[in-house]
Amino acid sequence: MTEETFQPKIIGFLCNWCSYRAADLAGTARMKYEPNVRIIRVMCSGRVDPSFILKALSMGADGVMIAGCHPGECHYLEQNYKTMRRFSMLKHTLRAMGIEDERVRLQWASAAEGGVLAKAINEMVEQVRSLGPLNWSEHWSENGRIEESIGNLLQEHEEAMEVPA
Amino acid sequence: MSEKGKLALYWGASCGGCEIAVLGIDDKILQVADAFDIVFWPVAVDAKVRSIEKMEDKSIDLCLFNGAIRTSEQEYMARLLRQKSKVLVAFGSCAHEGCIPGLANMTDKEAIFQTAYHDTPSTHNPDDVRPQTETEVAEGTLTLPYFYETVKTLDQTIDVDYYLPGCPPEPERIWDALTAILTNQLPPPGTVIGETTTVCDVCPREREEKKIKEFKRTWEIIPDPDKCLLDQGIICCGIATRAGCGALCPTVGSPCIGCYGPNEGVEDFGARMMSALASVIDSDDPAEIDRIIQEGIPDPMGSFYRFSMAHGELRRVAPISGNGKPGEPA
Repeated sequence: MTEETFQPKIIGFLCNWCSYRAADLAGTARMKYEPNVRIIRVMCSGRVDPSFILKALSMGADGVMIAGCHPGECHYLEQNYKTMRRFSMLKHTLRAMGIEDERVRLQWASAAEGGVLAKAINEMVEQVRSLGPLNWSEHWSENGRIEESIGNLLQEHEEAMEVPA
Repeated sequence: MSEKGKLALYWGASCGGCEIAVLGIDDKILQVADAFDIVFWPVAVDAKVRSIEKMEDKSIDLCLFNGAIRTSEQEYMARLLRQKSKVLVAFGSCAHEGCIPGLANMTDKEAIFQTAYHDTPSTHNPDDVRPQTETEVAEGTLTLPYFYETVKTLDQTIDVDYYLPGCPPEPERIWDALTAILTNQLPPPGTVIGETTTVCDVCPREREEKKIKEFKRTWEIIPDPDKCLLDQGIICCGIATRAGCGALCPTVGSPCIGCYGPNEGVEDFGARMMSALASVIDSDDPAEIDRIIQEGIPDPMGSFYRFSMAHGELRRVAPISGNGKPGEPA
């Protein structure tokens, strides 16, 4: 086996009215782009709560893309401005958590911009690929030391002197 | 034998405030003593772990467990008490969501040991001795619990039946919980015993539509005594925090810091804060938004995850290299 290139798992939250249609357009126009983005259609990029992104990262995603209508063109008037503000807030917090900027991306793509979305996806996949896997839940594993230590404790209790009741 | 129930109280990584909070129910503690035999409560009663180990499974009627889990010994005790208890309550913010001990997840074991056993001015440790899980001495092997890299909440460790939030829980809520248990009117398992609304709903301050141009820190302004603190630009966590405290802090002019934990339906307290605060920023210009956020919220972790770091989706920051600071993003 040759050494395989790392295939990042990226979750894409695409808005129903612009970006999901951009992805459709990219498809019908037979544009080639990296297959690493798992797309979840949401009604509006404003629907994407920061907790969705945190959850995706904690559950094994290497990156998250949020894509929506351009500012001023939101189907729901101004919800993508909220997306913009939430995204800024989230990035500020993710930086403090030590998560690289490139792992979370906000992309505006109208229904006519299949090429823009495809290019953004290619770019992001390349960036995340060079960062490597995130493997977030590994950070909680304690390298399997827990059971060993509890075993030691039990053994100690076995060996300890009986305390009369 | 008496027909009293059996009650156990234990603590993990916590400050001890929850133990005192139990006594906050005042003379009602006597009713608790009428209803229960206290079989285990290291703070107040002399009982041995070995005697708990020898009890039948599920023979303790109620266990109130406060504190987070950061050592293997605490994990062992949590598992043991789970095995022996019919009803186990995560008592207080540490057990519920990690609380202040959970902020250790901003750093790691190596950095904590470096501070505790080396850097602190009162430490004299020329041989740089650090705690070891096993040490050989002439008499045999001495062991210490394993210290975790990442502090866990109680329900990340064992199954928890109920949660009693708060740092510490308010006496009225403790009594509500004890009454529910004493009268066998228990809510469905998994319930957080508290209200299902936010601190804002019980806060007496007047709210208007929020439009924030600038976040302010508490020392920067003297807040208007009647108006919503967040309306005045002070980051108040009442919007995401479960009611149950009676809005004690905002009532006296101090912003809510979120000690009562996330409101019903909120998984990640910090995400809810980020989402809510971002929505009320009064700007559509990306550069200005960035400036408002970066200048106004210099410490997002402290502002959004003070009590819920270990309970958040990510549980911790990226591992660091031992310098006590989170790794710089590449």
